[in-house]
Amino acid sequence: MVRASLETDFAEVWLEGEISNLRAPGSGHLYCTLKDQTSQIRAVIFRSAAVRLRFGLEEGLQVVVKGRLSVYEPRGEYQVILDHLEPKGRGALQLAFEQLKRRLEAEGLFDVEGKQSLPAFPRTVGIVTSPTGAAVRDLITVLHRRCPILSIIIAPVPVQGAGSAEQIAAAIQALNRLGVVDVIIVGRGGGSSEDLWSFNEETVVRAIAASRVPIVSAVGHETDVTLADFAADVRAATPSAAAELVAPVLTEIVERLGMLTARCQQAMTSQCLEQHQRLDLLLAHMGNIRFRILKEAQRVDGAVAGMREAVRAHLKQAMVNAQTWTHALRSKSPVLHVRQDLLIVPQLRSRVIAAMNHSLKRKTQHTYAYLGRLKGLSPLAILDRGYGILETMPGGQIIRDAGQVSVGEEILARLARGQIRCTVEEVRLDPSV
Amino acid sequence: MAGVKFEQAMARLEAIVGELENGDLPLDESLKIFEEGIRLSRNCLKVLEDAERKVEVLVQDTNGKKQLRAFTSDDIDVQGSAEDS
Repeated sequence: MVRASLETDFAEVWLEGEISNLRAPGSGHLYCTLKDQTSQIRAVIFRSAAVRLRFGLEEGLQVVVKGRLSVYEPRGEYQVILDHLEPKGRGALQLAFEQLKRRLEAEGLFDVEGKQSLPAFPRTVGIVTSPTGAAVRDLITVLHRRCPILSIIIAPVPVQGAGSAEQIAAAIQALNRLGVVDVIIVGRGGGSSEDLWSFNEETVVRAIAASRVPIVSAVGHETDVTLADFAADVRAATPSAAAELVAPVLTEIVERLGMLTARCQQAMTSQCLEQHQRLDLLLAHMGNIRFRILKEAQRVDGAVAGMREAVRAHLKQAMVNAQTWTHALRSKSPVLHVRQDLLIVPQLRSRVIAAMNHSLKRKTQHTYAYLGRLKGLSPLAILDRGYGILETMPGGQIIRDAGQVSVGEEILARLARGQIRCTVEEVRLDPSV
Repeated sequence: MAGVKFEQAMARLEAIVGELENGDLPLDESLKIFEEGIRLSRNCLKVLEDAERKVEVLVQDTNGKKQLRAFTSDDIDVQGSAEDS
């Protein structure tokens, strides 16, 4: 009765509060407590309502809710059964976007390291978009304007509404499986954030992150940012911009190819020329070397001849010298000297003899002269002239003084011939004779 | 993935030109990579010349299998679009 009364009287209530004690058992129903500063009430969200939630419930989340009051009879507690929840202060979509972004970011789906680079020369471009929009036309136009030979494979999908996210994801996977697609553009033209919502769906974001073929996202306009953009390898502001990013300009490629080919040939030609010049230079060099060798050989020949000549001249000179020396030696030979000296010997002898004779004669004459003079001096010579010498007897002393003798003494008078023994008769000492 | 092969060929051709222009290689090796370069250049040109401009649509047939068929202007239905460009 209470319950029926509550459910009729409070069939629609609006509440505002903070979620706490959130529980999500396997049944799919959600249980929590809504509270503000002063009050709280139990709340339940049945599975049918829970699956319609765009965002995830979190502890502490401020919400505005619509529901009806009821009683949980086993416990006798009254509770509010919620059929609509809105995050307070912002849209449900905005919150859902942030929640999913945070979750997938934590998973690494948006990591820069996971990004692939776009091929420079795609041959085949896959497009995942609506076949009925302006986007697909723009894409084809721009792609073929830049590169008329591009192959394009369109995977037509609804880009908004129920089930569109799953189809977009499936198209991405299908294009991957084809194996011929070099790059995929996923996108659509502009629209409201509700219209673009499919590109925020987890299934699309995961399909993009998992794609082995590089993906360019092009959702809406410049200002629209979806989670698909975070997961894509490159984000383009618009579909046209995506086409510009993906398609190289064919004329530029052709020009570049031509340029590379020309440079290839130019480089080869110049290397050949260079080698040719080097060869020429080497040949010229070799010619020079040959000439130099010849010159050197000639010089060697000349030198050898000169040396031979010099040696010969030297020898000749030496021979002459030797002869001269022999001559000189011979002329200075002691034999010669001896022989010459021997010649003088008899001469010398006769000269010696002559000299000796001369000297003898002179000496003999001198001797005779002296003898003559000596004879004059000899007392005997005086005696010859009649003088006699008186000598004492005995003693034989020459008597020069009368005093030497006394009367009676015998004296000896020597005469020139014979002696006389005399007796002294008188001695006169006066000098007169 | 013909595009990848083309890209690799162009990159190799670029490397060859760089090496040739550097002029550090002996003549016989230069000639070898020169021949390779000319071959690559011809192949790349052939790829560009032979490239068929194709636009196809990946559709699901009645068995749920995906198939490619040629894209015609009928496939573009601007009238039914809720998007703006």
